[in-house]
Amino acid sequence: MSDISYIQQQDNEARFSDYIALLKPRVMSLVVFTAFVGLVVAPNPVHPFVGFVAILFIALGGGASGALNMWYDADIDRIMRRTRSRPIPAGKVSEREALGFGLALSGISCVMLALATNIFSGLFLAFTIFFYVVIYTMWLKRATPQNIVIGGAAGAFPPMIGWAVATGGISIESIAMFLLVFLWTPPHFWSLALFMKSDYHEAKVPMLTVTHGREHTRKNILVYTLILAPLAVGTGFTSIGGPLYLATAIVMNALFIKGAIEIHGRTEVQAEADKYAVEKRFFYFSLVYLFAHFAALLAEEGLSHIGLGVW
Amino acid sequence: MAITRDSDLHTRRFSRNAGLGVVLLGFVAIVFGLTVVKVERGSTMEAYDHQPRTSLLPAEGAQK
Repeated sequence: MSDISYIQQQDNEARFSDYIALLKPRVMSLVVFTAFVGLVVAPNPVHPFVGFVAILFIALGGGASGALNMWYDADIDRIMRRTRSRPIPAGKVSEREALGFGLALSGISCVMLALATNIFSGLFLAFTIFFYVVIYTMWLKRATPQNIVIGGAAGAFPPMIGWAVATGGISIESIAMFLLVFLWTPPHFWSLALFMKSDYHEAKVPMLTVTHGREHTRKNILVYTLILAPLAVGTGFTSIGGPLYLATAIVMNALFIKGAIEIHGRTEVQAEADKYAVEKRFFYFSLVYLFAHFAALLAEEGLSHIGLGVW
Repeated sequence: MAITRDSDLHTRRFSRNAGLGVVLLGFVAIVFGLTVVKVERGSTMEAYDHQPRTSLLPAEGAQK
């Protein structure tokens, strides 16, 4: 190693924040929120400290899978504009370091969750990490344009894990929360792919927009939105739902379907003319949509605590 | 001559070391807190899987 390359390497040494970035903190916020709701709405009360620790280790498990994803996808991340500044492509953390970091955190989070709560939750978290890293990242992401659909399951497991922390199992309510996130993921990500087109294309990731065209993607957004809507509203009739949730779900799904119909009815020329304004609006609204549903579930739980629960 | 000013390298390393220190202290606090909660609430709990120990459960039909 020459003096210059040594100095360059030292200049690029990672800060603590680079290791935090490996955990994909923004994705983690969704994991924390949905897992928290899953835990709180479950019928069995959990000690606040145990609940806090459970959420922390579910989040850490999610972060660990993010680090493993960055390790495996470093080659793609170097190409895509959106991901080029991540710690590995930026040269701050080596691939081996990210692998070790992700594996260690995976082990710690699963074992600690199992010890703090129950074995089932720990195993469920381990399965979620396996699903995201092996099934989605290593296999489906580069193999099929349906990658987002099946991979979305990994992001949909946290509320089920939260529920499992409290109950030690699975039930119709936790499956409903899973399906809510699972079916929400395709329209959410495909609307992003519509206005981030060049990135996926250059990285040769078989995103639906690349393999089947943008018109087909628009149609798929509408189809998944139409499947999602009755399910999201139907959750209101389970034990975790109620009139407040139902009202929220009806309004949110009506707006979501309206947005999906608008996207479906547009041509590429129209979209380029207004710089994908409708697609961008739909993407940002999808974030509000998911937050509103889980916040409504949380509110229903709060209402039932003060004796205002309807069912 | 003594080095009086930290280089950027030292700042970065300090950030990592301090961060790791905080994480380790947090981990110790979590394990301690969990222990307290488990001991306070877990008189009928068995060590590793936190399931009620059969021998400690009240017998069925037993008078209170």
